[in-house]
Amino acid sequence: MSILIDKNTKILVQGLTGNTGSFHTEQALAYHGTKMVGGIHPKKGGEKWDGSVPLPIFSTVAEGKEKTGANASVVYVPPAGAAAAIIEAIDAEIPLIVCITEGIPVMDMIKVKARLDRSASRLIGPNCPGIVTPDQCKIGIMPGNIFRKGSVGVVSRSGTLTYEAVFQTTNAGLGQSTAVGIGGDPVKGTEFIDMLEMFLADEETKSIIMIGEIGGSAEEDAAQFLIDEAKRGRSKPMAGFIAGRTAPEGRTMGHAGAVISGGKGGAEDKIAAMEAAGIRVSPSPARLGTTLVEAIKG
Amino acid sequence: MNIHEYQGKQLLKGFGAPVADGVPVFKIEEAEAAAKALPGPLYVVKSQIHAGGRGKGKFKELTAEAKGGVRLAKSVDEVVAFAREMLGNTLVTKQTGPAGKQVNRLYIEDGADIDRELYLSILVDRSVGRVAFVVSTEGGMDIEAVAHDTPEKIITVAIDPEKGVTADDLKALNGALKLSGDAAKDGESLFPILYKAFVDKDMSLLEVNPLIVMKNGRLRVLDAKVSFDNNALFRHADVLELRDTTEEDAKEIEASKYDLAYVALDGNIGCMVNGAGLAMATMDIIKLYGAEPANFLDVGGGASKEKVTAAFKIITADPAVKGILINIFGGIMKCDIIAEGVIAAVKEVGLKVPLVVRLEGTNAELGKKIINESGLNVVSADDLDDAAKKIVAAVKGN
Repeated sequence: MSILIDKNTKILVQGLTGNTGSFHTEQALAYHGTKMVGGIHPKKGGEKWDGSVPLPIFSTVAEGKEKTGANASVVYVPPAGAAAAIIEAIDAEIPLIVCITEGIPVMDMIKVKARLDRSASRLIGPNCPGIVTPDQCKIGIMPGNIFRKGSVGVVSRSGTLTYEAVFQTTNAGLGQSTAVGIGGDPVKGTEFIDMLEMFLADEETKSIIMIGEIGGSAEEDAAQFLIDEAKRGRSKPMAGFIAGRTAPEGRTMGHAGAVISGGKGGAEDKIAAMEAAGIRVSPSPARLGTTLVEAIKG
Repeated sequence: MNIHEYQGKQLLKGFGAPVADGVPVFKIEEAEAAAKALPGPLYVVKSQIHAGGRGKGKFKELTAEAKGGVRLAKSVDEVVAFAREMLGNTLVTKQTGPAGKQVNRLYIEDGADIDRELYLSILVDRSVGRVAFVVSTEGGMDIEAVAHDTPEKIITVAIDPEKGVTADDLKALNGALKLSGDAAKDGESLFPILYKAFVDKDMSLLEVNPLIVMKNGRLRVLDAKVSFDNNALFRHADVLELRDTTEEDAKEIEASKYDLAYVALDGNIGCMVNGAGLAMATMDIIKLYGAEPANFLDVGGGASKEKVTAAFKIITADPAVKGILINIFGGIMKCDIIAEGVIAAVKEVGLKVPLVVRLEGTNAELGKKIINESGLNVVSADDLDDAAKKIVAAVKGN
């Protein structure tokens, strides 16, 4: 079992006709035949996408879902319209929504979050690289060639650090069960705790890499969750990393959510909390794979 | 994006918040007229810089005994004398760093008779994904110290975005700030006003420290620190007009023109990286091996050759930079594009410091080949560890 997505996942693309959406849809189709089933464009319903496969374009997500049986959507819509696109997918009762778009106003995401809380949909992102279950399905912008089918669950707030973790666990011969980028924004659909719950429950996932960064307290919350679960007898070997040990206070470091403010959200507090929960935290981003191998050996 | 206190107050006044009368002053000659336009007999002369701790700050050019960056004046003459001492001089506060910031604007404000000083801020509470009020009866001082010493005195009230500020929220806020009578009534009107301003203008922080209860029992916004969500500026042309670029780092302004995420730091190793997380991790690994990064720079996921060239120029223009580390994990971004951008930049601006390049991922071999065959003095690295060690060694060897 993988988590969230597998070879049967059928995906609609919101923003298919833009450059980014088109490019990554081709990449997904080329990745073990990920089932991209159509695109959404309010004014181009009934037309066909001019990619390598003539995917149908629908006017609304609801129509696309009805006609294709899609159970996931990926959002590449530019920032100003991205929140409305997510809400449309929520209203259409799409079970899994993955938003890649970076730069959505946080006030828009607060509205999305309120809608999401009253729905059965799961949102991954925004401002995230997406999800990959090796050899089965790729949603988003991660490079497919670094993955290898295996046993490590990867969860990260950062895109390129997800690639590092994937690449290093591939080189270590471990491979991945599923890799998920939850995104670098302050208000997002899915937090570490949700992902850890899924990875702990997944039989195929034998170990976990969790990559956090400065800002907020999601890593501390996740550490407490892991401590509570360990008391119930649920635990898996884990390695971790926190980016931003050298970041100055009060400056936003690229990701909208990566900022230490009011003395809170610093790297050292997060590392201490993760170590207290039994996660082996690597001091170097170059040693994620080897640190996990050590954690597995115990 | 940050704005000055006086701009923040004018903005809040537009929403109906009670703020004192005041006049911004850009030249010493304007100070007298500004003070005369106010009722007196008390005036406050406030340095306008984008940094906190102004009151306890010191001017570099004045003696250690001289007053700080926020001063109480008892006459128009005193206002003018203060303006003469403050305008154009450099204020050093605990938030400016030792270099301080030049005071180019003053705000002359009507004085108030203060009974109590309270703390109020509005921010995005990430743990619940909502806008929240953070309030305390311990206003007028460093709220971080209050949070550290007496966390029970800080109360958070999160607002349901679909309901706005409810009667229960108002009760909770008035209770937390121990407001009664006229002050409680003022609170009931002020809190929704501040929430509306925050939401309508896409603020990321609205801090009123202090919010005061005056001797007449009424509330007044005595200070205002306002920051905006950069991701929402596209829908607020009026807010963009308040930007004061003299408060920003020149390199950061240049970087923003090319849509590069850049933060200037104090070290001597320049970094160019793709991805915010990897860019932070690259800074961290430089520190791990005993050196300091000169900057954070994320060229983004889909950088073009032109963007890479611009990034390289910004890094090399910093005289503090004694070595450069380029760290790219090409996912969507292709390593050969990066290599070509770097070579184009080096040919244009020259290369006077050691350069270590680590390329991994899509087209990495092609990228390495392009760099190795360029004839440039560039060191290739096998992985991030190797890259960090090599650049630190190169910089320390100089």
